Amino acid sequence: MLNRFMQSRLRGLMVLALILIILPVFLGNPFHYELVIQMAIIAATVVGLNLLVGFAGQISLGHAGFFGLGAYFTGIATGTYGWSSIPALVVGAIAVGIIAWVVGRPILRLKGHYLSMATLAVGFIIAIILNNERAITGGPDGMPVPAFDLFGWELSTFGRYSLFGVDISGVQAWYILASVVLLLAVWFAQNLIESPIGRALRSVKGSEVAASVVGVDTAKYKSLVFVISAIYASVMGGLYAHFQGFITPAVASFEFSILFITMVVLGGMGSTFGVILGAVVLKLLPQVLADFQELETVMFGLILMLTMIFMPKGLLPTITATVSKRMRKKAGGEA
Amino acid sequence: MTALVEVKGLDKAFGGVHAVEGVSFAVEAGQVYSVIGPNGAGKTTLFNLITGLYIPTKGEILLNGESTAKLEPNQLAERGMCRTFQQMQICMNMTAIENVMLGRHLQLRSSLITTLFRLPSLRRNETAARKRAADLMKYVGCGDYLDAEASAMSYGALKRLEIARALAAEPKVILLDEPAAGLNATETAALEDLIRKIADQGITVMLVEHDMKLVMGISDRLLVLNYGRVLAEGTPEEIRQNPDVIAAYLGG
Ligand SMILES: Nc1ncnc2c1ncn2[C@@H]1O[C@H](COP(=O)(O)OP(=O)(O)OP(=O)(O)O)[C@@H](O)[C@H]1O
Ligand SMILES: [Mg+2]
Repeated sequence: MLNRFMQSRLRGLMVLALILIILPVFLGNPFHYELVIQMAIIAATVVGLNLLVGFAGQISLGHAGFFGLGAYFTGIATGTYGWSSIPALVVGAIAVGIIAWVVGRPILRLKGHYLSMATLAVGFIIAIILNNERAITGGPDGMPVPAFDLFGWELSTFGRYSLFGVDISGVQAWYILASVVLLLAVWFAQNLIESPIGRALRSVKGSEVAASVVGVDTAKYKSLVFVISAIYASVMGGLYAHFQGFITPAVASFEFSILFITMVVLGGMGSTFGVILGAVVLKLLPQVLADFQELETVMFGLILMLTMIFMPKGLLPTITATVSKRMRKKAGGEA
Repeated sequence: MTALVEVKGLDKAFGGVHAVEGVSFAVEAGQVYSVIGPNGAGKTTLFNLITGLYIPTKGEILLNGESTAKLEPNQLAERGMCRTFQQMQICMNMTAIENVMLGRHLQLRSSLITTLFRLPSLRRNETAARKRAADLMKYVGCGDYLDAEASAMSYGALKRLEIARALAAEPKVILLDEPAAGLNATETAALEDLIRKIADQGITVMLVEHDMKLVMGISDRLLVLNYGRVLAEGTPEEIRQNPDVIAAYLGG
């Protein structure tokens, strides 16, 4: 039975679920919860970005733009117009998906540095709009966002809730929501990767020529994955806005985009669990190195460079390869 | 009867270099049709033009009577054309069998919702596609590599894997660009058998190959290119006796 479990394609997902169930034992105070919830939301975002970067081999240096659009759409729809959260997240995702498609179609013809520059510009333009449209977004000062609500039932970080008779705090309830969302994000990503659509996406990275001669419309699939990763970012941005209760254009900033990319590269391009590890490490690092706050972006840049030079496959794939090599050696030694 | 592939007055210039110049010929369905010629004669360029990777400078290509001028490579694949490459094009970020399953892309249309929720219909199709890909890998002789990473395979095995991928697409016509290059004598003999088997299934084969023994043995007709132009066209017997060919190429 253990064997069956180890071979199951859901193995990774189950391990992640187990970690998320056990983790609260180690979370002492609301601040810990807050950090882990942010980690989960950002991890889910980079799981989506990894579909584009790690699997399809394209790049986006402006993905925080879509995260920011999702955050502001949710903030404005729920705050200014009194929408419920779910419709706000869904309509926001559709709107961002359409924007990503319109923008992605022309720029995804570009390759390498040109695509980097174009996506960078997309991120900048979105950040500039969020900064300048004061009447709608509150400009650089930001805007408050109401608590997450599920059809009248409100989920506030300050509330108290009862789950199957157990009394839990608002952040604990949020922790459950964020965990479920992360698991769903991973499940969808894995289902996508191990499917005909997923193979088509990966073939765009592997060999565009090979893809096209077996019938893959490479332009269409590049746009599709760009849209999917933008929708991931949009939904997570919306949740992030609800959780934080206040957003500023920093959520769409260049620094945030670089953070996302660094998480993907550090954790391991094309490894869903790797990029989650990347998100965890890079969210923890500033906590450890609190003194270097103003150098954060420089530090991320440095990590990005060092990873690409010394560990191009990323953290998790490198660790896995090393461990399995050791184990094989050991097994060989005993034989 | 219209030819399956018909090429009329085809020209391709790269700057000043005429890689292909005034080439015309027709391939009937079911034939093994080979293109030969010295290095740089324009054989690969011709295949790239036929499969839509290059746009002709002049001339026309008809697939089943339809002009391919406005068609992308993937649209030609939809119409039953598939190929392998002289410079192998394998997705090294996938396993061997996934490369072959990629070949079934056109047969495996599934919606995004079916995919995201991994609905039973998708699971069924995937299992069937896997089985078929495994059969094809055995058929071309790389059945030992089913779940190997493509990057871990030998050169000869990768060449066969590329053929399996092309066959997975169930093509009407398959174009093979130097499939025997880099293979040893045993592997070349196995390849000859394989090409015969493919042709016997009713798939039209277009072949670029330098191995004369192989080409003369299995081709129904041959096209000889030299500096981008047609030097001769005909059956292996006619080609062997053509004085121009003997002088310019075989006689050398
Ligand atoms: N993309 C390209 N850009 C510029 N010149 C090219 C290009 N492709 C081919 N050529 C030129 O066109 C000519 C024909 O090349 P091609 O590759 O078609 O020859 P070939 O018959 O396949 O040769 P080989 O037997 O060596 O494979 C050569 O002179 C080559 O340098
Ligand atoms: Mg060639």
